[in-house]
Amino acid sequence: MELLLVLLIGVLYSAGVYLILRRSMVRLLLGIMLLGNGTNLLIFLLGNIVKGKPPIIRADLKVFEDIYADPIPQALILTAIVISFGLTSFAIVLLKRVYALINSDDLDDLNTPEEEDL
Amino acid sequence: MIDNHIIAPILIHLFTAIIQLACWSKTVTQRVLSIAGATLGFAFSLGLFIKVYNGEILTMNAANWDAPFGIVFVADLFSSTLVLLTSIAALAVSIFSSVGVGKARMLYGYFPIFHFLIMGLNGAFLTGDIFNLYVWFEVIIIASFVLLTLGGRKEQLEGAVKYMALNILASTFFLTGIGILYGITGTLNMADLSVKVPLVADQSIVNLTAMFFIIGFGIKSAVFPLYFWLPSSYHTPPSAVAATFGGLLTKVGLYAMFRVFTLIFIPNEFLRTVLIVLAIMTILTGAFGAIVKLDIRRLFSYLIVCHIGFIVGGLGLYTKIAFMGAIFYLIHDIMVKTNLFLISGLIRQMRGTLDTPKLGGLYSEYPKISLLMALVLFSLVGIPPLSGFWPKIYLFEASFNANSYFFIASLILASFITLYVIAKLWAEVFWKEASTTELLTDTFKELDIFRKTLLVLPVGILAAATLFLGLNAEFIIQVVDRISNELLNTSPYIEAVLGK
Repeated sequence: MELLLVLLIGVLYSAGVYLILRRSMVRLLLGIMLLGNGTNLLIFLLGNIVKGKPPIIRADLKVFEDIYADPIPQALILTAIVISFGLTSFAIVLLKRVYALINSDDLDDLNTPEEEDL
Repeated sequence: MIDNHIIAPILIHLFTAIIQLACWSKTVTQRVLSIAGATLGFAFSLGLFIKVYNGEILTMNAANWDAPFGIVFVADLFSSTLVLLTSIAALAVSIFSSVGVGKARMLYGYFPIFHFLIMGLNGAFLTGDIFNLYVWFEVIIIASFVLLTLGGRKEQLEGAVKYMALNILASTFFLTGIGILYGITGTLNMADLSVKVPLVADQSIVNLTAMFFIIGFGIKSAVFPLYFWLPSSYHTPPSAVAATFGGLLTKVGLYAMFRVFTLIFIPNEFLRTVLIVLAIMTILTGAFGAIVKLDIRRLFSYLIVCHIGFIVGGLGLYTKIAFMGAIFYLIHDIMVKTNLFLISGLIRQMRGTLDTPKLGGLYSEYPKISLLMALVLFSLVGIPPLSGFWPKIYLFEASFNANSYFFIASLILASFITLYVIAKLWAEVFWKEASTTELLTDTFKELDIFRKTLLVLPVGILAAATLFLGLNAEFIIQVVDRISNELLNTSPYIEAVLGK
């Protein structure tokens, strides 16, 4: 399970970086989303993926003796997912507006202010 | 010492924004509320600063969870100084906005978003939990996205795409770093991390994580290879928004860099060299960019990049004197850069354009206001005894002690270029004869005296603050001396947060 998740994270990061390096705005957006998901999975992985090991100390012990599923990373991911949801929805609306204005999906066409300088 | 008042600067701006949301279409009420909220925020920040300056480090445990487990807010002298500076800048910008921002923008929630942004900044300065720092960064960037795009002109949206993409990317890097850091230490509290990170067996993972933080904060604070979003977006929004961004947003990245690299990761020789090289490149690219640009706000954007290098270099040298110089410069920079963009807003009101070849004759028309602006420009250049001069002495001394001559050379070159750029600006905008061929509109003249005061007063407030920094440098040096001690010797911070 952990190896699968590690591979998945690697694929998500590399696909995200590849898409961000493209010139198309839609691909840029998809790349950012994939990178964000890769990060979330990475945090999930660091919280120990084990079955049936709740983070409760047994009554006769003072500390954890066994490995346990850490709940904090899951709370962190929940926060991160909500935040990235907000940011992504803003980004989609922004890119849609930009597309409607300049009628192009190419990031190289975003340079009108620079041209006015020359 | 536990003190629940330290989150007052956050709460005041939160409640101001919420009340303003309730008066959505009443722009006059919103303006009054904004100035009132900013004044109250200033009063409480000043109170916090005095309390911390006279006493010890204050902390607050959210929901009364004890330190390493719950979220903790910490006000040491560094945080409370920056909160105070933020509140001064916020007050100035909110007064300026009441006239300088168009009614259409106010009707779409300019003021509430502005106060959410200031709330986010205060939160980032005060938090003592690294994941909470991430959340405040997100509050800041989502508010800044809205402020940047509000109005929806073509240039604004184009700038916003670059700004949005790089800032979300920075957050992703930062979050990845936090995830790995939690994985290897099992804690998120910065004081606790400071204790546990040196105990990690495999220090190469720690160095790798530090790289994630350098890239994340490097994008936020516009350091050399990662700064391109800044000059391509800061000239597009209204000047009041650009003033908040230019004065405060990049500085919060620098604050986080200082906090993380003094408390959690102590830079090794390699990392220090990397920081100094980045600083030199930032200084040079920023300075050369500023020479080429003709639009006033683009020019100022490049000057921001250039002067970020001074502060990053101070961190890279990693001695007490370097820290004193860098933090003094940070304090000076917040006041001056905010003011520069407010000045560009005033010039736009007076002439209707910011293109230097088309401008001219401001000094003969508005001699008093021009002199006020000259004071700010002089402190930016660092003419003694104004505020830009003192930190440079410390930075020179520190880099001489560290034999880092390339850094000194770039500091001197950048200071000369700043002088050249500002002298050129002064000659083009203020002394040159007003152009007769261009049709320029002076909307400033038509305003009544009350509105004129509201536009000039914030420039005056910030100029007075700059004068105070320069003429009362002894006090500021005492403050930065204590801040540098706190940064280099973190045990009081750790004790204040974790208890004995």
